[in-house]
Amino acid sequence: MTLATQPHDRARTTHPCPATRSERLRRATRWWPAPVLLALFAVPYSALPLPGLLDGPIGGPGNLQLLALCLLSGGLATGYDLLLGRTGLLSFGHALYFAAGTYVTDILMLEAGLSFTASALLGLLAGVALSALLGAVSLRVGGIGFSMVTLAFAQAASLLVQRDPGGVTGGEEGRAAPAGRLPASLVGIEHTADLYWIALAYLVVTLAVVGWAVRSPTGRVWAGIKENERRVEVLGLRPYGFKLVAFVLAGTLAALGGIVYLLLTGGATPRTTTSDFTLSLLVMVVLGGSGTRWGPMIGGILYTWADQRLGDLAGSGAVAALPPVIRVPLSQPLFLLGALFVAVIYLLPGGVARLPARLRSRSPATR
Amino acid sequence: MSPAPAPLLAVRDLRVVIGGRHILHGVDLEVAARGTTALLGRNGAGKTTTVRGVLGLVPRTGSVLLAGEETVRLATHALVRRGIGYAPEDRGVFAALTVAENLRLAERSEAGEPAYDLVHELFPELRRRARQAAGTLSGGQQQMLAIARTLLNGNRLIIADEPTKGLAPKVVTEVARALERAAEAVPVLLVEQNLAVVRRLARHCVVLADGRTAHQGPALDLLADAEAARRLLGVGRRDPARTGPPVPTAARPADPTTEADT
Amino acid sequence: MATVVLLTFTGLGLGALYFLIASGLSLIFGLMDVLNFAHGALLSVGAYGTWWAASGRLPGAGPGGAGFVLAAVFGTAVGTVAAVLLEVAVIRPLYTRPREQILATVGVGLAVPALLSAIWGADPRPLAGPKALSGTFGLLGAEVPLNRPVLIAAAVLVLAALKAFLGRTRHGLVVRAGVEDRAMVTALGIDVRKAFTLVFAIGGAAAALGGALGGLYFGSVDPGQGTSLLIFAFVVVVTGGMGSLTGAALASVAVGLVQQFANYYTTAGLGDVAVVVLLAALLLIRPRGLTGRLA
Repeated sequence: MTLATQPHDRARTTHPCPATRSERLRRATRWWPAPVLLALFAVPYSALPLPGLLDGPIGGPGNLQLLALCLLSGGLATGYDLLLGRTGLLSFGHALYFAAGTYVTDILMLEAGLSFTASALLGLLAGVALSALLGAVSLRVGGIGFSMVTLAFAQAASLLVQRDPGGVTGGEEGRAAPAGRLPASLVGIEHTADLYWIALAYLVVTLAVVGWAVRSPTGRVWAGIKENERRVEVLGLRPYGFKLVAFVLAGTLAALGGIVYLLLTGGATPRTTTSDFTLSLLVMVVLGGSGTRWGPMIGGILYTWADQRLGDLAGSGAVAALPPVIRVPLSQPLFLLGALFVAVIYLLPGGVARLPARLRSRSPATR
Repeated sequence: MSPAPAPLLAVRDLRVVIGGRHILHGVDLEVAARGTTALLGRNGAGKTTTVRGVLGLVPRTGSVLLAGEETVRLATHALVRRGIGYAPEDRGVFAALTVAENLRLAERSEAGEPAYDLVHELFPELRRRARQAAGTLSGGQQQMLAIARTLLNGNRLIIADEPTKGLAPKVVTEVARALERAAEAVPVLLVEQNLAVVRRLARHCVVLADGRTAHQGPALDLLADAEAARRLLGVGRRDPARTGPPVPTAARPADPTTEADT
Repeated sequence: MATVVLLTFTGLGLGALYFLIASGLSLIFGLMDVLNFAHGALLSVGAYGTWWAASGRLPGAGPGGAGFVLAAVFGTAVGTVAAVLLEVAVIRPLYTRPREQILATVGVGLAVPALLSAIWGADPRPLAGPKALSGTFGLLGAEVPLNRPVLIAAAVLVLAALKAFLGRTRHGLVVRAGVEDRAMVTALGIDVRKAFTLVFAIGGAAAALGGALGGLYFGSVDPGQGTSLLIFAFVVVVTGGMGSLTGAALASVAVGLVQQFANYYTTAGLGDVAVVVLLAALLLIRPRGLTGRLA
């Protein structure tokens, strides 16, 4: 937590106290992400079982696939928080840019016969162009109006995809990626480890880009906009341009995530275009802790893991034996997630990432 | 020097923090049980925030005694029901509602029969324009409506925040006359920049500087002392800078609490 | 001509449904600045309440005639109670945290449809309704289903009732004033939080009635109905100007008609897109919506 950029923590470290043992410990532990990254990198080589958390060995193909999805969600949530937690923009249309990456790449391979690399580049470009265009329009309205316009655009795109114009999007079914056009090392169950590493790389890239961006001069203006947009205007800066930069950067990261998703799941599905998908990103960010460095990532990983595991749990024998009053709600992962979300908002303001700080401030030993 | 044995409103150490910024650092003020008490100070001294803090419209700490009862924990609406009429700085009339609806909204059932006679006597124009949307009234008419709302219920205290701001001289006179009339029956806390109005209405005054009480005492004494008035209110010299050190307490401390504050 | 008549009635019927959701959304947003993502869930609660009662589980209620009216009343009552619960238990404790209020409604909006499909299954449940309403009537050569004019009439009645409430009662006065300046209402000695619960109850009732009648319109109820209608209700609220009832009514009619006609005369589905594009265009010209109320 030492690297977290919350003002709370910064205030803590700048306390004019002597370099105590805890301070030195803190400095020593600031490199904790490195061993974590190393461990994550090594996961495919591991046969370690995590009973309760995962079925079977951690390096098995099924688990690797789940973990890869978790990492992808972690990255997506981190990118989304660039808007919500860093700039204070509540966008309900983030799914659109994610789906643009998935669908454009997939369709170009299928319909235009382009190679994967060319299609992916164009897919990414489509995400940039789309977020620049729609962002420029949406940001003309402020506050909750912005949220609604982003929602409306995403909804229009979602409907379009589901109507299957000209048979290119595949409608409700979605479209499988052409295995022949994908690099051989990314196809097939025996190459799940490669996909896992790609997802890990995506997460690292997103964290790095977001971390770099929020510490840049532009990032400081974002923080100002989030705090008080009027005050930024008083300083002679136009918030519109800065917000647009954040919107396009977040949209681009989402489109990149969409391409990773295409590889991971081997196809494009209309589920990723819906507002529910954006709402799940919102849940991830709030669950983990909006506006913190690691919070959205933690939220994304937790959410995706819980989504999957709760689905398994709902179908398990242990649940089937419960009385109906408990069993029926438990059989719906979305119910549990919705209820969990509300509970987090109440019981855990600031999300999981704020938990250590909250616990510290509660224990009398620290003061 | 306390104007009356028991002030109607006694504020002690009022502090307001908004968005991490300290706006008030401990305001003390008393509103006498009779007549008008003026709340003075340069722009940005914290006059409006003080009023809003007293009413609980902004989060605040300290003590606000209304007729001896601690009200700092009360919600705004509960405090107002204890008998406060409030005419805010921006007048606070509801533009989409008619004049009659604005008045009807201000009626409080526990305050007894609404005093429409008094309102219509002071502001006959409001009766003529009863069905007109308040948003289409002139600034002066809106101010009359705002003051009329405070007179409707038999209030124990009226708070008027810059009621003459931006009004034509003729309207200023009309508004001042209405406040004068109101002050005969009910004590008034008046935030005002127009010193002619203060001179006419106020018996007592409290001066704020940089979010603190800088002076309390009889209004005429302060206005008679040109040097003190210039130093505390910035009149006589156009001085836009308001970020100087806190103005020290006046030579004659009004009461012990002011002294303790500095 | 027959097609135009049918499309007009269908569009207006759909617009009536949108209005039943959007009126509450608009009032709630106007007064409390809360974008209620759980409003679609309230519609679904009303729909399932009606279906549950109409399928013979409530004594006296049933699929036909007076029985169906009782079922619809029951569904509306359940929706109203759910809305009040939502305000008191979820929204009120977050009074000082406006963004969390919206997020909490998002959570409820996810959980309630999931709960409904956990209890009664994800598949649509047919809701026949009374025989008198299942037929059609002939008008200018078109065979118009009877449930369309019923929906339209219900929406007009709700609009009239809401107008009367806002214009003629003290509570309505408080709501209208609160939409303009909440703080000033409290500074007049009025507990504006009571008005919050009230608008939630009214909005919930209207949405739940929309659920009952939507069941007739679609011929069935399903857990996702409310959520899919909600997005168009959002479009209606923004188009009409947030907090404006008349704006919501006008925008409902416009959105319903544009959607139906565009869907019929162009490719199916394009109407839904056209509505959104129109919204974007409108917002670029008038960021405050049709009626110019504050967004």
